[in-house]
Amino acid sequence: MTDLGPLIPRDRAMHPPAYDVDYKTTIARSPNLPLLSLESTPSEETGPRFGHGILGALDNNLIYNWTKGAAPAVGERVLMHGRVLDENGRAVPNTLIEIWQANAGGRYRHIKDTYLAPLDPNFGGCGRTISDAEGRYQFLTIRPGAYPWPNRGNEWRPMHIHISVFGHSFGQRLITQMYFEGDPLIDRCPIAATIKSRSQLDRLVAPLDMSHARPLDFLAYKFDIVLRGRRQTMFENKLEGM
Amino acid sequence: MVQKLDTLPETPSQTAGPYVHIGTIPTFAGLAGIYPEDLGLSPIADGAKGEIITITGSVFDGTGWALRDAMLESWQADAQGRWPGSDGADPKVGGFCRFAADKDSGEFVLRTVKPGATKGRGGTTQSPHIALWIVARGINIGLQTRLYFDDEDNAADPVLGKIELRPRVDTLIAKKTGPGAYRFDIRLQGAGETVFFDM
Ligand SMILES: [Fe+3]
Repeated sequence: MTDLGPLIPRDRAMHPPAYDVDYKTTIARSPNLPLLSLESTPSEETGPRFGHGILGALDNNLIYNWTKGAAPAVGERVLMHGRVLDENGRAVPNTLIEIWQANAGGRYRHIKDTYLAPLDPNFGGCGRTISDAEGRYQFLTIRPGAYPWPNRGNEWRPMHIHISVFGHSFGQRLITQMYFEGDPLIDRCPIAATIKSRSQLDRLVAPLDMSHARPLDFLAYKFDIVLRGRRQTMFENKLEGM
Repeated sequence: MVQKLDTLPETPSQTAGPYVHIGTIPTFAGLAGIYPEDLGLSPIADGAKGEIITITGSVFDGTGWALRDAMLESWQADAQGRWPGSDGADPKVGGFCRFAADKDSGEFVLRTVKPGATKGRGGTTQSPHIALWIVARGINIGLQTRLYFDDEDNAADPVLGKIELRPRVDTLIAKKTGPGAYRFDIRLQGAGETVFFDM
């Protein structure tokens, strides 16, 4: 296997710390001891690849995938689209992107979600796609509702879509959430606030993108995702010539 | 003003939340049928070469409670230590698996082929191991760790060798409990806290 160089070390300051007193579940689930920081090895630099063969025609259409095209989900129709890039600014093609979300009323189709908002019989709540040669991807879905959750007295999650991305190596693995521009609940959310830098949090807030909205059909939101890149090893590989 | 770098910062992580199964193993969440089958159901297909093993364990929080909502992913080489997709690799070994803590008992089971030793960077040899990634509600960024085996020679492993607090090495070693069976518990916090990596 060709050595593309080690993964660029994660800048942990960009990510939420494991322990956050305002997001109570982290308190007993955060390691106390420091992570062991090491240069990546082939175990982190290789990873599973998924071909387009796994995809069904409606996999990236959450409005119709649960009913196999028979009936549309209830809710405000939105296109979520963007690109997957790496830290070097290069497109990440052919990578699997999976999303999951609540329905328009803020209820998840999950055995453990007992929120009183009803299930939509026409909405499952998950989708998947594979980025194209330029790293582009898109999902057609409905805007998820905000929902309450037990944490402090009266806590509500802003509208959000959960996103899982693979990249091309196991060490690039990332799960995050997309928020919607203008949602006042973002600033009240302790999970959003686990990200300590405002400019970093803003990168999870998708802007309304009227250039991709379709008249009389759907609004659009743009969400680009940046995965870890590889450190260039030019000099290390050419030591004998120096 | 200094020149501008043309690199981009990584997108920040957010917790996978309690409903991670919907997006990753929808059948577990109650969405059977949305895809023909869940992704990563097994890291091996019938006919994979090598010893078939079963690893059982739990993910414990700082109070000693086994998480019921953890979702794990594993990535490994084949029995010869070749990475799936590389030259000569066993075509029956996909190497990737997704598995969840049981919603009632909190126990997970990984059935796979025992990996061989792999090449590390710089001519080193890594002892047989499985890379793991753990997400759940209350975990803000996926936790990276590794599973090694107590019936293998781990003395020269370059990653284990970097663990300064030597008693902690043991947190990464699966214990053989019977023929082809191992136990591997992950402790997120406190006594016996598992070594997590930043690699
Ligand atoms: Fe959520």
